[in-house]
Amino acid sequence: MEWVQQLINGISLGSIYALIALGYTMVYGIIKLINFAHGDVFMVGSFIGFYSITVFNLGFFPALIISMAACALFGVIIERIAYKRLRNATRIAALITAIGVSLLIEYGVIYIRGAQPEAYPDVFSNRSFAFLGAQISIQSILILSVSVVLMILLQFIVHKTKTGKAMRAVSHDTEAAKLMGINVDNTISATFAIGSALAGAAGVIFGVYYTKIDPLMGVIPGVKAFVAAVLGGIGIIPGAMVGGLVLGVVETVVSALGFSLWRDAAAFVILILILIFRPSGIFGKNTREKV
Amino acid sequence: MKKSKFASLFLSSTLLIGILAGCGAEEGNSSEGGDTIKIGANLELSGAVASYGTSEADAIDLAVEEINAAGGIDGKQIELIKVDNKSDAAEATNAAIKLTSQDKVTAIIGAATSGNSVAQVQIATDTKTPMISPSGTSTTVTVGDDGKVNPFTFRTAFIDPFQGTVAANFAANELKVKTAAVYADNASDYAKGLAAAFIKDFEAAGGKIVAEESYVAKDTDFRSNLTRIKSSNPEFVFIPGYYEEVGLIVKQARELGITVPLMGADGWDSPTLVDLAGADALNNSYIITAYSSEDPDGKAKEFSDKFKEKYGKDPNSFNALGYDTVYLLKDAIERAGSTDGTKIKEAIEATDQLELVTGLYSVDENHHPIKSATIIEFVDGAQVFKTKVNP
Repeated sequence: MEWVQQLINGISLGSIYALIALGYTMVYGIIKLINFAHGDVFMVGSFIGFYSITVFNLGFFPALIISMAACALFGVIIERIAYKRLRNATRIAALITAIGVSLLIEYGVIYIRGAQPEAYPDVFSNRSFAFLGAQISIQSILILSVSVVLMILLQFIVHKTKTGKAMRAVSHDTEAAKLMGINVDNTISATFAIGSALAGAAGVIFGVYYTKIDPLMGVIPGVKAFVAAVLGGIGIIPGAMVGGLVLGVVETVVSALGFSLWRDAAAFVILILILIFRPSGIFGKNTREKV
Repeated sequence: MKKSKFASLFLSSTLLIGILAGCGAEEGNSSEGGDTIKIGANLELSGAVASYGTSEADAIDLAVEEINAAGGIDGKQIELIKVDNKSDAAEATNAAIKLTSQDKVTAIIGAATSGNSVAQVQIATDTKTPMISPSGTSTTVTVGDDGKVNPFTFRTAFIDPFQGTVAANFAANELKVKTAAVYADNASDYAKGLAAAFIKDFEAAGGKIVAEESYVAKDTDFRSNLTRIKSSNPEFVFIPGYYEEVGLIVKQARELGITVPLMGADGWDSPTLVDLAGADALNNSYIITAYSSEDPDGKAKEFSDKFKEKYGKDPNSFNALGYDTVYLLKDAIERAGSTDGTKIKEAIEATDQLELVTGLYSVDENHHPIKSATIIEFVDGAQVFKTKVNP
């Protein structure tokens, strides 16, 4: 009974990691950049959702959509201002810029509204029902279904639309894609937009599920999502989903065994082990270096 | 003719202004020159526990205003110097250095939490500046790791073991439960101190601890620990910790179907707790606190009325403790008859049954207060006075 409950706890946590990890992995797949500002886009999304609900009295779904749209725009602005001109710079320069953007967003938000935490209002009823001896709240079911729907939508966009096709082409070979008449800049912006929208959605879901949001809330989930992306194989979309869920369940199992103080350590041990034994991740293929 | 008239008018008026300005400056000088008592406040005005620090700062302002309006301490006005330690131990040390070396204060009030208070003990000892932490309840504030009393450090609030003992006695005697679980913040001396005292006294009272879990401050997901706690079926859960995490713990515990009474200590006492946990989830939970605004006692009632008049809201226990700290210091400076650090320290040590808002106050040989504690129950998000426990 306890284990059914723990599994549900783990999957709920994991689906939030997965939504953030998707953005990491998509951006890495297309421009080989670890976008460390991604966790902060997640935070901004959470605050946009919060203000939509409290100030404009919107429900969960309108708030979710507004937050996703605003984050998509925000992601594109970050890409255009900070990363675009570094397209041909060394990867380390882009990485350091990403860290700078991350700090700028975190402390920019603190400057605007202060560092104090905020409590998300209850948008769903708190009712829960018993299932195989576990308590499942209506919240967690809705949250899980929203995550799953968003992931299916993403698969559809990547595999069935023209933008998705362009994204895959640019990710495979930027130069060749350019020669084929694909607008690489717009495709990269689209990738940032989609990835950031998912982070925004994760932010709202996080707020509803965990209640407390603050300007530095994106740091730890951002790093955990990065671990999840590497675990699944960075640059591979299904890998990020599986990596996120596995990480969420592993962390919960570690706590459930009575080692709750080791939970964060477990995530990073996974990162180290993956980097040593299987750097390309669960779904990664051993790719040959291009000559 | 006309010209000279204007000139003389101009000259005389400048002269007059000069004299007036001179007078003003002289007056300013005379009130500056050693006739004020400088008191430093090293408080958490921003950061994670800003709600404690700002609550105390409000009440300290009120107390200083009252004392100054009534003629000050021995005829000297109090000059209050407030410094923000940003809820950070390193910043608290810096603030204490600034207050003692630059501002040369007579005494320091603060900090609100134990960790930030411990961070300034060394400075207080070295500069022989008495410091009183209004709400630092860990034993380590006044007694060092080597078991020696920090000579210049005092506190207004009661200590952790006392809060843990009150919780254990309340659970065993009032709620009559036989089994309990403890869920403590492993990153905080405060929570660990309370948990240890609770476990010792609850077991001494014949109870059984069925689960002992820990979390780390800043965690947001407590469901896996709470699931473990639930499967051990306790009749009571003791959660020493601070409101930021406790709010989430209470909410998640109720969602998982833990319906038994939950209890914490003064770290829960913040309006943010109700926002985070929700009023429903907080029903059937209790906190120990130094003070309740519903306390019918005369002195407490008077403070509550004055505070409401100035700030338009009911005072919480941090307000009361901040207010009491100023009066504790005033009493000591008056009895010492001097602003010398060592004399004030000796006067605070001799404090006996001083009547304050939070009850009668005496100091024991470890600089721990001997005073009363209040138990409060949450009813639909409001704090309701339950009972008062004496030491």
